[in-house]
Amino acid sequence: SYFIFLFFQQRIEIHKLRQGDNLILGFSIGGGIDQDPTQNPFSEDKTDKGIYVTRVTEGGPAEVAGLQIGDKIMQVNGWDMTMVTHDQARKRLTKRNEEVVRLLVTRQSLQKAVQQSMMS
Amino acid sequence: MSAAMDTESTYSGYSHYSGHSKKAHRQGRDRHKSPRSKDGSRSEKSVTIQTPPAEPLLGNDASRAEEGQDDNWGETTTAITGTSEHSISQEDIARISKDLEDSVGLDCKRYLGLTVAAVLGLLVFFTPIAFILLPQILWRDDLEPCGTVCEGLFISVAFKLLILLIGTWALFFRQPKADIPRVFVFRALLLVLIFLFVFSYWLFYGVRILDSKDTNYQGIVQYAVSLVDALLFIHYLAIVLLELRQLQPMFTVKVVRSTDGESRYYSLGHLSIQRAALVVLENYYRDFTVYNPALLTASKSRAAKHMAGLKVYNVDGNNASGQSRAMIAAAARRRDSSHNELYYEEADHERRVKKRRARLVVAVEEAFTHIKQLQAEEQQKAPGEIMDPREAAQAIFPSMARALQKYLRTTRQQQYHSMESILQHLSFCITNNMTPKAFLERYLNPGPTLQYDRDRWFSKQWTLVSEEAVTSGLQDGIVFVLKCLDFSLVVNVKKIPFIKLSEEFIDPKSHKFVLRLQSETSV
Repeated sequence: SYFIFLFFQQRIEIHKLRQGDNLILGFSIGGGIDQDPTQNPFSEDKTDKGIYVTRVTEGGPAEVAGLQIGDKIMQVNGWDMTMVTHDQARKRLTKRNEEVVRLLVTRQSLQKAVQQSMMS
Repeated sequence: MSAAMDTESTYSGYSHYSGHSKKAHRQGRDRHKSPRSKDGSRSEKSVTIQTPPAEPLLGNDASRAEEGQDDNWGETTTAITGTSEHSISQEDIARISKDLEDSVGLDCKRYLGLTVAAVLGLLVFFTPIAFILLPQILWRDDLEPCGTVCEGLFISVAFKLLILLIGTWALFFRQPKADIPRVFVFRALLLVLIFLFVFSYWLFYGVRILDSKDTNYQGIVQYAVSLVDALLFIHYLAIVLLELRQLQPMFTVKVVRSTDGESRYYSLGHLSIQRAALVVLENYYRDFTVYNPALLTASKSRAAKHMAGLKVYNVDGNNASGQSRAMIAAAARRRDSSHNELYYEEADHERRVKKRRARLVVAVEEAFTHIKQLQAEEQQKAPGEIMDPREAAQAIFPSMARALQKYLRTTRQQQYHSMESILQHLSFCITNNMTPKAFLERYLNPGPTLQYDRDRWFSKQWTLVSEEAVTSGLQDGIVFVLKCLDFSLVVNVKKIPFIKLSEEFIDPKSHKFVLRLQSETSV
């Protein structure tokens, strides 16, 4: 059998949770065009400077919505996130007047690929 | 004992020397000392023979007659036979070598060269003075009067001659430090040049001035001044040719001692082979550890055991080369455990040396604590007996003597240090306020040959063996050998490579850096 890296694109809708004065999403991001791409453990291509999900808090809005650790965020509410700095990404995710963010994420799914190739 | 007798019968061969220049030298080599083993048994032999196959005996005599250079030194090898009947003690060897040193032959050549140079020098020095004085003596009345100009020229001649004298003294009047086989080419060239030069000046002077009794005195004095100027320029040429040209390093030579493989590298300039050999030998006495024949007995006994294991009987009497190859192949295939023995023996020896060394260091440190140097004020009111360094050394020597002797025996250096020399060294160290470690430095490691007594050197007379003429310059790839009685130094010459160096300019302002970040933000 051979391994196929299949990229699944998913649309995830997260409803922000209000905690005191802040609206939180419940995950952490890493990456950006001003960061060092070689230290990203989740990217397949070590020159990829995109925004990745590095942690998902348990029980938070992101986990409920189906976001997984290692996902690459391609768009947030229609804004492109593949060529932004780290701070710009943070700002786009934490706009105070938005209660819902719609993310377009890419997930590298190795398990599914192996299963599919073995079944066929 | 029968095994030893068997080994005697298998060895046959003829001794075969190459590259000698003196008959007396050859005489010394024919009588060879047998290896001295510690327990005194004569049956142990260390004999290595490689005979070039099928070479007739007469051919050896022909090559023996060569003087100075040996073209076949690469193919012919020396063979040393040891017999148990003739053995020479160390005193005999010393006597023989002293006889060789007192021989007159080469000294004549050296003194002849010196006298020729001295005569020429005197002639050259007095020539300008003669040029100036001769017209005054011979035809004083006819000369035109020559006032201040001539006096000024006299002063300049005097000072230039003084400078020439000092320069010649500095450059040439030095103690010759070595006896070399062939004459120095550049020196001979310079002497010939000076002679021709002065000769031509005298010729001109004799024909044009003495014969015709020239009255223009100023012209004569200026002629003498020009001679002195030209002599100063020749002196400059001498400096450049003899001293400056070989200062810039052009070659790297590797010197390897044949007995134990100790090697060093030196940088040399453009020298002739004989001068390069001189430089190598001067550095040998300083850089190489002293030659110790006692350290070689282990490998010699191993070699003897290898050879003794296989006995070859020459039934047919011919085809020696085929047999020796079969012998070597059979010896290689034989399973022996000599490598095991070597490993354990070396490990054991190292352990023993380290133990003895530790004991020695402790003993010496303890001994040194008993001595205290008195300051000037304390000398009047010292409690105990006041001693000078020699007495102090004798007082503390017995406590460390045993440990030191045991250590020297283990490292086989006991021949190089007599009790008197140790006491002298101890009093020297005490006088100069040295620590025990400084005192021991001389005994813990074998030092260069210069450190020891002249009788222990084993190397005072050297022979230069070279394929090229010894007065030719060094070239890349030349190999020559410096032989003395017990070992030889193989010298390999390599040219220093031509270095291409290019430059790259870096603006100091161009050194800029960024941080490699990997931040994580929770949203």
